[in-house]
Amino acid sequence: MKDPNPEAGGNHCLASPEELSRRKFLARFSLAVGSVGALIVAFPVVGFIVAPFFQRQREVWRSVGKAQGFKVGETVAVEYEDAAPLPWAGVTAKSAAWLRRENADSFIAFSINCTHLGCPVRWLPKANLFMCPCHGGVYYADGTVAAGPPPLPLPRYPVRVKDGDVQIQTSPVPITQ
Amino acid sequence: MLRRIFHQVWDWLEDRTGLPEMIGRTARHLVPPDAKWWYVFGGATLCAFMVQVVTGIALAFSYIPSAGEAYATLHFISAEAPFGHFLRGLHYYGASAMVLMVGLHMAQVFLAGAYKFPRELNWATGVLLLAFTLAMGFTGQLLRGDQNAVWTVVVAAEQAGRAPFIGQSLGHFIMGGDTVGGATFTRFFAIHVFIMPGFIFAFVGLHLWLVLRHGISEPPKAGQPVDPKTYRREYQELIKKKGRPFWPDAAWRDTVFCVTMIVVIAVLALVSGAPPLGKPPDPSIIDATPRPDWYFMWYFAVLALLPHGTEQYVLVYGPLLVGIILMGLPFIFNRGERSLRRRPWAVAVVVMIVVMIATLWLEGVDSPWSPNFTAPPLSASVVGATNGPVFLGGQLFHDKGCINCHLIGDDGGRRGPDLTDVAGRLSENQMILRIANGAVNMPAYAGNLTPAEMDALVAFLETRKIPGP
Repeated sequence: MKDPNPEAGGNHCLASPEELSRRKFLARFSLAVGSVGALIVAFPVVGFIVAPFFQRQREVWRSVGKAQGFKVGETVAVEYEDAAPLPWAGVTAKSAAWLRRENADSFIAFSINCTHLGCPVRWLPKANLFMCPCHGGVYYADGTVAAGPPPLPLPRYPVRVKDGDVQIQTSPVPITQ
Repeated sequence: MLRRIFHQVWDWLEDRTGLPEMIGRTARHLVPPDAKWWYVFGGATLCAFMVQVVTGIALAFSYIPSAGEAYATLHFISAEAPFGHFLRGLHYYGASAMVLMVGLHMAQVFLAGAYKFPRELNWATGVLLLAFTLAMGFTGQLLRGDQNAVWTVVVAAEQAGRAPFIGQSLGHFIMGGDTVGGATFTRFFAIHVFIMPGFIFAFVGLHLWLVLRHGISEPPKAGQPVDPKTYRREYQELIKKKGRPFWPDAAWRDTVFCVTMIVVIAVLALVSGAPPLGKPPDPSIIDATPRPDWYFMWYFAVLALLPHGTEQYVLVYGPLLVGIILMGLPFIFNRGERSLRRRPWAVAVVVMIVVMIATLWLEGVDSPWSPNFTAPPLSASVVGATNGPVFLGGQLFHDKGCINCHLIGDDGGRRGPDLTDVAGRLSENQMILRIANGAVNMPAYAGNLTPAEMDALVAFLETRKIPGP
């Protein structure tokens, strides 16, 4: 096999000092201009991909049922739609919370996400405990840690009664720091 | 006649592209004569990757990377599409093979001391390829788009959340927003199908370039330490004197091993098939038992078994430390003996890692720390009473969640101690103290049981005794 262009690129030693400095300039110039081109493309690409780093969704109140439908002292799972689901989200647009009617006019909404690693905790009504299926975290009825690896109590979501409807404020999945 | 035309075409291609000669020369590069079956794992990893590329492209013909539709397309591929079940199986067992082979390849290279001078960067690029392979396994599991996928994303986001300063943002970045939703799956699809394979192609290219540049390392011999001053000359002499062309003298073994692997993958795909789909990816279905695919099962066990309070450090700095150690290894130990006879600690390290992963993996499959949510109420024959405090205690044992974590005979969970013989171990007072106060892994029931209920429960436990011999 023979290189068809033996002349190309191989004649540094024949160049005059002017040619050398011109070449140096052209190399730097090409690199600089190339970088500008790369930056122009990279700016929107990186911005598009890392936007979720900085984006916070607005929070909205979602009705989860009529207040009279909840019995005092009972803890039930309620589901509601996320704040601003994408059109193709399908069932992933849904979120859930554990809702308990404390008394006639106060409700508590617990996150379903275990503070250990986020798995969905289950409420055991007779045992009065929340238990996590992943790594065995257990919480008391008030959400404080009863056993296992969770470092923090179950987070609570804002909840209110408006016009007879129980409403939960949509919140980000709580992430334990 | 045909032969002449073929030769003419061949010569024309050689003249215009220069490729046939170059490829031939590369394929016939000289390798040490006794590089035999121990040297097949790297090629097998590449072979598994090619299976993944081909089957992955085929799957992409029917897959919609949308949170609302991924699950339905997976159902279609698994149940309705001709060859779909087989194809998904190939992609799953191909992934499993790739993880396994990359592990074997790494262990072999480590044990043979082949990472030493001048092959430090062979090892370093290999470590990156291991990371990319695991990232592929992880993102691949998510693209199934079932309930398990949703919770795997959440668990990953929570792990990233433990990172200092950027944890919160990193967690939301992984979910593609505040919650798992429409943005989550498209992002993981792009990572799994474009970004990671791009990295793998690039680094496989670099890895192979380095293999050609430095040659395949010769099998180690005790008493022949690597000395950077003389190693290259010695290697060149060995290769010149005794080298064999890679193609076909060594390559036939790679071919046989690779094809055997493909046959095993195909048989498993046909017989066992890919993992069945879970429930739909609805984050509001609370009844979930999230589990990773087998290659992360051992890490799942790590997450459960970490001493409380340490996970903050282990989750973030553990993987970081492993990465630093792996990357630093060839630069710290880049000379000296390669033979296992002179490196007993190398054997010990590999054995320890294998035993550790195997043990954790078995624990992960077993998951004794997970409460048993499906234990039925204890039967009358187990309780041994149909009324009175013992009967009531037996009911409470189920209703108060004791059974979720404790065994009575064959019934119950295994989070806490087996209570089949608890009366043989604990006095009445000890039982009351433990039940009322709980422990690190047990809730305190003081506020959860009336005195009468406590008496009944203890009465029931008092009857839990295996008759002595």
